[in-house]
Amino acid sequence: MEIIEALKGLKEVRSLEEKEDAWVIWTERELTLPLMKKLKELGFNYLIDLCGVDYLNYKSEKKNFRFEVVYHLYSLEHRILVRVKVGIPEEEAWQYSVSHIWSCANWLERECFDMFGIKFLGHPNLKRIFMPEDWKGHPLRKDYPLNIEGEEEWETYKKLVERHKRKRGDAATH
Amino acid sequence: MGVERDTIEIADGVKQIPGTPVFITKFDKVINWARAGSMWPLTFGLACCAIEMMATGASHYDLDRFGIIFRASPRQADLIIVAGTVTKKMAPVVRRVYDQMPEPKYVVAMGSCACSGGVFRTYSVAQGCDQFLPVDVYIPGCPPRPEALLHGLLKLQEKIKKETKRWGFWR
Amino acid sequence: MQPLIELEKRQVGEEAWEEPFFLNMGPQHPSTHGVLRLRIELEGETIVNCEPVIGYLHRGIEKLAETLNPNQCILLSDRLDYISSVANNVAFALAFERLMKIEVPRRARLIRTIVSEMARLCSHLLWLATHALDIGAITVFLYCFREREWLLQIFEKICGARLTHGYVRVGGVRRDFTPEVVEELYEFVRVFPERILDYETLLDENRIWLKRTKGIGVVSPEKAIDLGLTGPSLRGSGVPYDVRKFRPYDAYDEVEFLVPTGKNGDTYDRYKVRMQEMRQSASIIKQCLDKLSETEGEPVLSEKAPDLLLPKMRKEVCPMLTPKGKVVFRTRKKEIIPKGEAFASIEAPKGELAVYVISDGTDTPWRLRIRTPSFVHISAIPYLAKGHMIADLVAIIGTLDIVLGDSDK
Repeated sequence: MEIIEALKGLKEVRSLEEKEDAWVIWTERELTLPLMKKLKELGFNYLIDLCGVDYLNYKSEKKNFRFEVVYHLYSLEHRILVRVKVGIPEEEAWQYSVSHIWSCANWLERECFDMFGIKFLGHPNLKRIFMPEDWKGHPLRKDYPLNIEGEEEWETYKKLVERHKRKRGDAATH
Repeated sequence: MGVERDTIEIADGVKQIPGTPVFITKFDKVINWARAGSMWPLTFGLACCAIEMMATGASHYDLDRFGIIFRASPRQADLIIVAGTVTKKMAPVVRRVYDQMPEPKYVVAMGSCACSGGVFRTYSVAQGCDQFLPVDVYIPGCPPRPEALLHGLLKLQEKIKKETKRWGFWR
Repeated sequence: MQPLIELEKRQVGEEAWEEPFFLNMGPQHPSTHGVLRLRIELEGETIVNCEPVIGYLHRGIEKLAETLNPNQCILLSDRLDYISSVANNVAFALAFERLMKIEVPRRARLIRTIVSEMARLCSHLLWLATHALDIGAITVFLYCFREREWLLQIFEKICGARLTHGYVRVGGVRRDFTPEVVEELYEFVRVFPERILDYETLLDENRIWLKRTKGIGVVSPEKAIDLGLTGPSLRGSGVPYDVRKFRPYDAYDEVEFLVPTGKNGDTYDRYKVRMQEMRQSASIIKQCLDKLSETEGEPVLSEKAPDLLLPKMRKEVCPMLTPKGKVVFRTRKKEIIPKGEAFASIEAPKGELAVYVISDGTDTPWRLRIRTPSFVHISAIPYLAKGHMIADLVAIIGTLDIVLGDSDK
């Protein structure tokens, strides 16, 4: 197919591999923006998904980077799904924002920042989306516990529960 | 007193002086009858259970026949049905809505999540809304069937009917 | 907080100026379909800017799924988009099946198609009921709930639950249809198209309905794709993108159906698209029921389907040949879910629901990413609402058909 040939011809593509559901492209962080612009020109106009993956203590395969940002792109014209993967090192957890190429990336990047703490350079409004602004930590990282209780509890909620307990105590003594 | 002797008991705790439109009963009973007969819950859906709450209010189950009519404003509501998962981010909002309601006010925890956190034992979910609200009736189920919600509301009516001296400014 | 519009721009005279007016809508609001909060900047009654705040129903499903095995994950998926939970089940099951390379029996695929379409009807009926209720037509609400209640009763006969079904399993479905269910479904699809006419007579030429929906929330095809709109919200703009046609799954390649599209991309067109889709759904259910009789007695669960409970790690004893020619038996760790990654997307009633699973060989997924349609749709609200009156905001929220459980995960 022409489009696959065109993909192979891109100099930003580090490796191209066919999986049963999609074509997987590996690239480097520095080449993300030029690659994405070219992909959009090739007709990949619909960004299905953008997500982060944390590979801390991943045993079954050697990973060079702790984080990965995975883009799923679809071309409505050619009906081809492409998965672009970019490795992100732990010490410098940031990635270039693609929100000016696809508008829907705006919130997906905010979600990725909220859940993994990966900063997106050039994002217009990068702040937490699911968790409250003063929440500590990034929940989907592998070193974040599933359940938090006691001391680590979110301040506002802790105060709320304590106030309720106090009120109940007052009511019981009267 | 002479009045006591001449009355007939027409219902449990309600007496009538024969031949006159005069009824004698406790003030508690009248107030509780009015409250239990017209509980107005707040339209406050959080998650899945809200859909079942809507189904209960719609034509098939018809909550209106119990005098239960949904109100959109907390200022006009007597009852808050916490229908669904309460997250930690939402908890202060739920509490504020509850605080805005006028006395007397009641809380029904609908569904496993509102009762105990349900399947979601995670970082962001409050493990039961009784951690920050005084809950009157718990309705388990994921989500509870409309019949279960009806049963819970009838139980709450029973509870209201048993209250004493919850009126006036000294309550 | 800094006002979003600089004050200088609004200066009328030298001293007279007005501050922007901020209005907070939600999280407790009857017509935001859950716990959506909108921070609106107003000029008179016109919306200048609107910022959705979500996360009030964030339960951490993605994190929780990392501790559960595939069949348990499917039960979590019920709570995502709770109005059409079977559709979510199917998306999760498809992703795991692609990962584990399981072929689903034909009868199970047909049954899945039927229940997915029933879920679509449930969702669209609830959408129509609440959308009309928000705009001011209460009667439609009662009519729609009549049919929805019927569907839920059929669901109850199929799997025993009204809302959170958990009916689909990795490798098939939990149990077969009984003849009674098939009969009732035939009756339903016979009656249902007439009922759609009922709703349309109530709304189609209703002057209030027309005034409140025509020309509201207009979005062009290019912008719709750019914003990531999917499902009926995208097709209302005239883009015929439908995952059922573009990347068929289950039995959608066997049935014939049309993909209705709109022209103007406004709220009214999206309403028309959904009404047409309900007709198509009824026809798909009928076709599948006809085909279901051909597969009478066939299994509904693949033989390779994983158990409901899986061990943490499976060990396998395998013979090995030593260099000297002796046979020794060694234990070896065996993968439970094969290593690798899989991506599956379906046409959920609200839009495209995509699931991306990464496995490291243990019984639980390493990462389970859910791309939910409502999340992307909410991010489009600021674009759609700009310049409209505040009363139209309710229509815009309604037309996008959002569910907060879906968007907040």
